[in-house]
Amino acid sequence: MANRIVVDPVTRIEGHLRIEVEVKDGVITDAFSSSPMVRGLENIVKGRDPRDVWAFVQRACGVCTTIHALASVRSVEDALGIAVPPNAEMVRNIMEGALYMHDHTVHFYHLHALDWVDVVNAIKADPAKTSELAQSISPWPKSSVGYFTDVKKKITRFVESGQLGIFANGYWGHPQMKLPAEVNLMAVAHYLEALEWQKEIVKVHTIFGGKNPHPNYLVGGMACAINTEDPGGLNAERLAYVGKLLEEGKQFIEQVYIPDLLAIASFYKDWGKVGKGSFGNYMSYGDFPTNGYNDPAGFKFPDGAILNFDLSKVHEVDRRNNDIEEFVNNSWYESYAEGANSGKHPWEGETNIKYTGPQPPYDQLNVNEPYSFIKTPRWKGHPMEVGPLSRMLVGYARGNKEIQEIVNASLAKLDVPVEALFSTLGRTAARGIETQLVANWTMEFYDTLINNIKNGDTRMADSNMREPERWPAETKGVGHCEAPRGALAHWIRIKDQKTENYQLVVPSTWNASPRDPKGQRSAYESTLIGTPVADPELPLEIIRTIHSFDPCIACAVHLYDEHGKHISQVSNVSGCDI
Amino acid sequence: MATRNDKRETYYESIIKQGYSRRDFMKFATYIAAYMGVETSMIGQVVKSLETTYRVPVIWEHFQECTCCSESFIRSDHPIVADIILDKISLDYTLTLMAASGHQAEKAKHDTMEKYKGEYILCVEGSVPLGADGNYCCIAGRSAKDILVEAAAGAKAIIAWGSCATNGCVQAAYPNPTEATPIHKIIKDKPIIRVPGCPPIGEVMAGIIIHMVTFGKLPELDRMGRPKAFYAKRVHDSCYRRPYYDAGLFVESFDDENAKKGYCLYKVGCRGPMTYNSCGTIRWNNGVSFPIQSGHGCIGCSEENFWDNGPFYERLTSLHGFGIESSADTIGKVAAGALAGGIAAHAIAANVSKRKELRLRTKGGKENEKKLDL
Repeated sequence: MANRIVVDPVTRIEGHLRIEVEVKDGVITDAFSSSPMVRGLENIVKGRDPRDVWAFVQRACGVCTTIHALASVRSVEDALGIAVPPNAEMVRNIMEGALYMHDHTVHFYHLHALDWVDVVNAIKADPAKTSELAQSISPWPKSSVGYFTDVKKKITRFVESGQLGIFANGYWGHPQMKLPAEVNLMAVAHYLEALEWQKEIVKVHTIFGGKNPHPNYLVGGMACAINTEDPGGLNAERLAYVGKLLEEGKQFIEQVYIPDLLAIASFYKDWGKVGKGSFGNYMSYGDFPTNGYNDPAGFKFPDGAILNFDLSKVHEVDRRNNDIEEFVNNSWYESYAEGANSGKHPWEGETNIKYTGPQPPYDQLNVNEPYSFIKTPRWKGHPMEVGPLSRMLVGYARGNKEIQEIVNASLAKLDVPVEALFSTLGRTAARGIETQLVANWTMEFYDTLINNIKNGDTRMADSNMREPERWPAETKGVGHCEAPRGALAHWIRIKDQKTENYQLVVPSTWNASPRDPKGQRSAYESTLIGTPVADPELPLEIIRTIHSFDPCIACAVHLYDEHGKHISQVSNVSGCDI
Repeated sequence: MATRNDKRETYYESIIKQGYSRRDFMKFATYIAAYMGVETSMIGQVVKSLETTYRVPVIWEHFQECTCCSESFIRSDHPIVADIILDKISLDYTLTLMAASGHQAEKAKHDTMEKYKGEYILCVEGSVPLGADGNYCCIAGRSAKDILVEAAAGAKAIIAWGSCATNGCVQAAYPNPTEATPIHKIIKDKPIIRVPGCPPIGEVMAGIIIHMVTFGKLPELDRMGRPKAFYAKRVHDSCYRRPYYDAGLFVESFDDENAKKGYCLYKVGCRGPMTYNSCGTIRWNNGVSFPIQSGHGCIGCSEENFWDNGPFYERLTSLHGFGIESSADTIGKVAAGALAGGIAAHAIAANVSKRKELRLRTKGGKENEKKLDL
């Protein structure tokens, strides 16, 4: 008989995620992914000024902060026909690049590493050998025997103190922990270094957007006006600051993150065979425009879809027709009028919450009934995996030289075949691979920005079309981008200068959703099946595969429109509380 | 098994063990004292506290939130502070960073609640949905409300991080579909420190925790439960663009000539005049910038109901309820208002005074605009 294992809360992610799996003879035979939290952002932005919406939906997520703001301003600009000035496009690219550099590195060290690195075992390491190892794989200067001796001392005292804090009850000594003590020590040292480093790279957001998390965006461009001759504008000092931060960020990625990733991955090559999943569909919307949002040929990340592991063909993805649909057959929402198994394109999206799950406290979900607040999106009826792996595969299959070269080089370094990409290890490796690409591109964007300014173009926003009088009575738009976690799009309908309808379909909606009407599993559920679980009490293997997607669940659940229910209506939206 | 107190070390001991010098320690103590607004003569006391205070266990709950508060917290810039926060308080439960998942994670929390009953600090990030019997947010099969009530019972004090926990934030904006509720409306028998902002500034968050573990008591709070050290002044009062406001020099539209010169953003919707926060003084991410410095108005993210005080890009005077007064006022009066604001920060925290103050300011703003038009 199969045993049910429940992991709730899944930690080291954004948001609230619950995983239930069936295990038979030590192997996962079925899996269910659920989010038990909802906020209702889509409903809240209805009726608001479209120029304000970015700020609301930015709060979908504070981890991948900026990306929902970007998708939102793009959707409004798309609806209103606004082309942002080249400088604004570059500033947005630089901010998005900085987000990738931050988010992927933090994911690797602070959200994912503790699945592979045994912190407690690090105290058995020989600092001299650790130093030798570190120097053999990277020129990073903090690698002396003395340095690792100090780190070891610090961890030893921490462990001996008995108060393990965030490391309490971790998977230490688990049979799946395979790293030598020296690699563990090196990784823990860099865990701490990365924690210090991560607060530097985000200063790029602070310079352009005023703060991080949640920097400011603007429909029509960016608010950070350029003036190289005035302390009040974006001047040489501010721009030089950005340049320095990007250089330092790139260096940390190249000299710490990537060598560590390859070193750790080399001990876990067997995970190149785990977490493949059954469908092999990968999708990217493409991103990092260099010639405007409407020219996908200029995107650094190519767009497209791959079906059934077939890298010989890339399908075109249209965000504006009914190829993309969301289903609610297994979600806690009212069925659509067209039928329980019908889907809706996000422009037509409508959802009414209807919780039918168990009353808390509960031990298990009833998975024969709807079991999540996440809806189920499909492209042409297919479940699609999105994220770094999808971007690399689509780029690879498109014949993008830059992507092919770096992917091939990384596979060669690990001495694994291309097929190893379709796996838990592949997802984690792809994230590191693209971080290097993005770090390089971000320097290019920076150089382009500087050159533009040098050539006399200091425009940063198109304010003309910000005036509602110029807007059509009715219009709609889509803002898509590649969030660090995968394909993201916001769909807006504007009527009489107000937001009439707004829908987000985010990366974790694609990956973490429940089954569709055909019974097809989405990526989390599909990739868990077949995974061996050594100790049902400590299901580390589940966590590894789920973390390889970098879940971001508050984003994935955002919806609904509760007809007829108006709670404490604020009739005068003008600060009646002041 | 170690007993509770024999293994706990003081800050000073742990800092020295980690390889910091006495000198580093003194620098840190001075820094913290400065942040807390403590007089120079009091630094000795801060040092003494740090030398003798024991580590405090912290439980950090996540409800309806976006994790921006946790992210902001780890941005706290002064290195030794980051070290202390992660190593010197014992952060025994936080979904964002802890190694353990599932029942191992829950066990870590329950161990702390039992072992340190009445001693731990409870931090709450996120609001609690009361709609649909609490079913809109469950963790480990339990509702957020139950979890909060249980964790609060044994807490020494509670910190409500960010606008979600202090006033409901974005999910509580009209029509608040899930009945998102701030925690002070649920927990009434414990001291709650309210730290609004979306998110709060990282150094402010670190500063508040350090205050509590250093002095063993809550920081001084205003009438709304906010630490005075960080929320006594309006962004407007500490804004470096304030002279432009007083001189009537405004940005008319984004990226215009006035924007390039860094003029006042009041006319494109800046909420600085009605927002209490430290953005103008501490600034963000180790003082690099703050929204106004980067050309965008303040959206008032530390104020209650700020999401419903929009549209964001309309100036305050054109909002209903403000600026309807037609009688002329003088800039001098506004300046006097600013002075009063500085002296009697506590008093203007009250809603009534705030409204009056705001009226004065918006009148002044209108006057300034008139001058500009002439």
